[in-house]
Amino acid sequence: MDTVIIKINDERVEVPNDFTILQAAKKMGIDIPTLCYDERLESHAACRMCVVEVEGARNLQTSCSLKVADGMEIKTHSERVIQARKDILDLLWANHPNDCLTCEKSGECKLQEYCYKYDVKETTFEGKRKNYEIDDSSPFFYNNQNKCINCGKCVRVCSELQHTNAIGFSERGFNTHVSTPFEIGIDNSVCVSCGNCVSVCPVGALMPKSKEKFRLWETKKVRTTCSYCGVGCQMDLLVKDNKVVGVQPANGPSNNGLLCVKGKFGFNFINHPDRLNKPLIKKDGQFVESSWEEAYGLIVEKVNNIKSEKGSEVFAGFTSARCTNEENYLFQKLFRAGIGTNSVDHCARL
Amino acid sequence: MTNSIAEVKDADVIFVIGSNTTENHPVIGAQMKQAKAQGAKLIVADPRKIDLANDSDVFLQIKPGTNIALLNSMMNVIIEEGLEDKKYIAERTEDYEELVKLVKAYTPEKIGEICEIDPEDIRKAARIYAKGDKSGIYYAMGITQHKKGTHGVMAVSNLALLCGNIGKESAGVNPLRGQNNVQGACDMGGLPADYPGYQKVFKPEIQEKFEKTWNTKLSPKVGLTIPEVIHGAEEGSVNFLYIMGENPMISDPDINHVKKALDNVDFLVVQDIFLTETAERADVVLPAASFAEKEGTFTNSERRIQRVRKAVEAPGEAKPDWVILMDIMNRLGYDKKYSSPSEIMDEIASVTPQYGGISYDRISKIGLQWPCPSKSHPGTKYLHKGVFARGKGLFMPQEYVGSVESVDSEYPYIMTTGRVLYHYHSRSMTGRVEGLNKKAPVSFIEINPATANRLNIEDGEKVKVTSRRGTITTMAKITDIIGEDTVFIPFHYADGAANVLTGTELDPIAKIPELKVTAVRIEKIL
Repeated sequence: MDTVIIKINDERVEVPNDFTILQAAKKMGIDIPTLCYDERLESHAACRMCVVEVEGARNLQTSCSLKVADGMEIKTHSERVIQARKDILDLLWANHPNDCLTCEKSGECKLQEYCYKYDVKETTFEGKRKNYEIDDSSPFFYNNQNKCINCGKCVRVCSELQHTNAIGFSERGFNTHVSTPFEIGIDNSVCVSCGNCVSVCPVGALMPKSKEKFRLWETKKVRTTCSYCGVGCQMDLLVKDNKVVGVQPANGPSNNGLLCVKGKFGFNFINHPDRLNKPLIKKDGQFVESSWEEAYGLIVEKVNNIKSEKGSEVFAGFTSARCTNEENYLFQKLFRAGIGTNSVDHCARL
Repeated sequence: MTNSIAEVKDADVIFVIGSNTTENHPVIGAQMKQAKAQGAKLIVADPRKIDLANDSDVFLQIKPGTNIALLNSMMNVIIEEGLEDKKYIAERTEDYEELVKLVKAYTPEKIGEICEIDPEDIRKAARIYAKGDKSGIYYAMGITQHKKGTHGVMAVSNLALLCGNIGKESAGVNPLRGQNNVQGACDMGGLPADYPGYQKVFKPEIQEKFEKTWNTKLSPKVGLTIPEVIHGAEEGSVNFLYIMGENPMISDPDINHVKKALDNVDFLVVQDIFLTETAERADVVLPAASFAEKEGTFTNSERRIQRVRKAVEAPGEAKPDWVILMDIMNRLGYDKKYSSPSEIMDEIASVTPQYGGISYDRISKIGLQWPCPSKSHPGTKYLHKGVFARGKGLFMPQEYVGSVESVDSEYPYIMTTGRVLYHYHSRSMTGRVEGLNKKAPVSFIEINPATANRLNIEDGEKVKVTSRRGTITTMAKITDIIGEDTVFIPFHYADGAANVLTGTELDPIAKIPELKVTAVRIEKIL
């Protein structure tokens, strides 16, 4: 691969010639702020937060879209750049509800994070404010356009990655907002509820409907594999007080940061009150709670009695395509080595 | 899958047959659409006009049960027009002449009538598939749940071999696995003829290997498959049944027959996270931990072994399945303690050649794809590169034979079954998620508008559906997704359960039931 040599913040670096400035900076460990950037999507260069100064260029350049060129000299945090970013945040804040105290996104909101980093405490602009009705038609998430910053990530994920095209930009200028065609509402649209738009929203515009109140900083993230179909999507379970309160997609080899509706929103069975929590033994046609010892004792007694009376071939077990490899291994070992039959199968055919 | 999921995006041609990918494997469906947007061609063959059909270059709305006829006919066209990969056939395959002989009779005109599609569409699909450099075939239960399911898979493989598409990136033969760890359950020996790693129980050297490792005597007798167990339970030759994390009272064919079988065993143990329809019939129910409450691994459709991690404590006294199994094994006198699933994986690696290089250390960040025979092996992205596992790729030509279940004047429609986006298998999990239930609350039957009109049935009306096995009541959903002589019912629901209607006819090789073809009649409820 051909490489070029550039200078970022006076430091020389060699990078592939198809890199953007943003990628080159990332490689050097320099953090350039972005709101509309997602490495899986075509560069959009809409939010302008990633602007940098390129020697010789008259205007500030968007680092997410501009490719590197040999000899380029770039400043990522010059005074001019910082002022530009402050102005952008100031403009965004001019039309954003100042409700971080109660906003569910607080703590993981990019706008909040950058306003803090760039010391934007309040807006200097007075003017019209957006006033949209919240679309809460989806059982899974809200679309609150009063908080939208028009970065377009949701629209692009829906069209470029998910290819559902349920949402798009409606109207123009100040009235530009993300909606379904003819404002029919998410639930009446072609939306497949994958929630990939929700997962990329940098602010509180697209938010999961949660049964629990939690702040991101109160949760721990546990990387795991989805328990539904065989795609093996990687995801993070958000856990607060021994409860799974949310799911975020992870960038696994098979899912590339995407999930479907079941993976993203189908986790409430974990904490469901119907969960079995004690062994049950049927006595006179009714289930009675028992101790583990009693349940184990009964199983062992039955196995031994039936085995001595009829041999091993009258035993059979269905192992499970939903359990782990380790559990499937032990199940077949229990039947083969513990009981003495190969009658072990599972629902691969069903 | 012979290939990897990420390779979907780089395919030239994607041929989806018997898989409603966007509903059953949505994240793969999205990647197919990405490929299409980048210029890949898409062929879809399915009895229903599924979502992907709208994006397809050719859509073949075939009659259920006619996959083999279609595939043979596509091969007929490819050979007739000289589009086969001659070099690949010569170098890497055998028995090609057998295939040529067999598919000769499968002309598009003749097969168009059998499949109820336009012969020109068969030609078009064949040309697109054959002309692609990297053509991948993706299928699911639409290919396999038939009396000739195994032959259907062979027909898929024949087509891929004919065009040199096995052992190549972004091509291959790719069954999409419906459950999180159905691949792993097979790999781990959850099959009646196989020890872990598909090592056969009837081979003396294998038996000896496991007897030595497990330090016990083992049986060389091949065990029973699920349908055989259900049958044996009904007739009294299976007396003790242990079911872990499975709900045959919804997912197995002919539920009335399953019910009789479960009630007839001397002792039924069910281990699950909910009191399922199956658990309700048990003598003992053992409460298990869900995937979020334990450590372990799942193996996905592309053979990748990935970590599952404990996030929360299991409710009450529920225990991880591996702990329960170990406890019972020890109490039965087989003394072996494991301190963690990681230690079990080490044992798996020691007896399973494909998993030989797997350890929790190696898969902590990114999972590895088997075969991964040693600790230094990087895993295998796609299979059969350069040479097949058996040496040469063998053509296994198969004749098309009609489904066993057939329509007559009493049962004039073919019912086919499947899943919907918002539910998973028997709904024990998704049925307890409010939003998912709101999106897909009840069982329904898809009926073509012309058929509905003939039967004087309106959208949303309750109807009676009867097969040779039973009757259910379900809601009519009138849609032109489905043809006039075919109907579709999702199998998820206990109320209006499609599997009350399905039959227990099995593929004699794989013992998979013919779930995709059931003759039914539909009646208005007066």
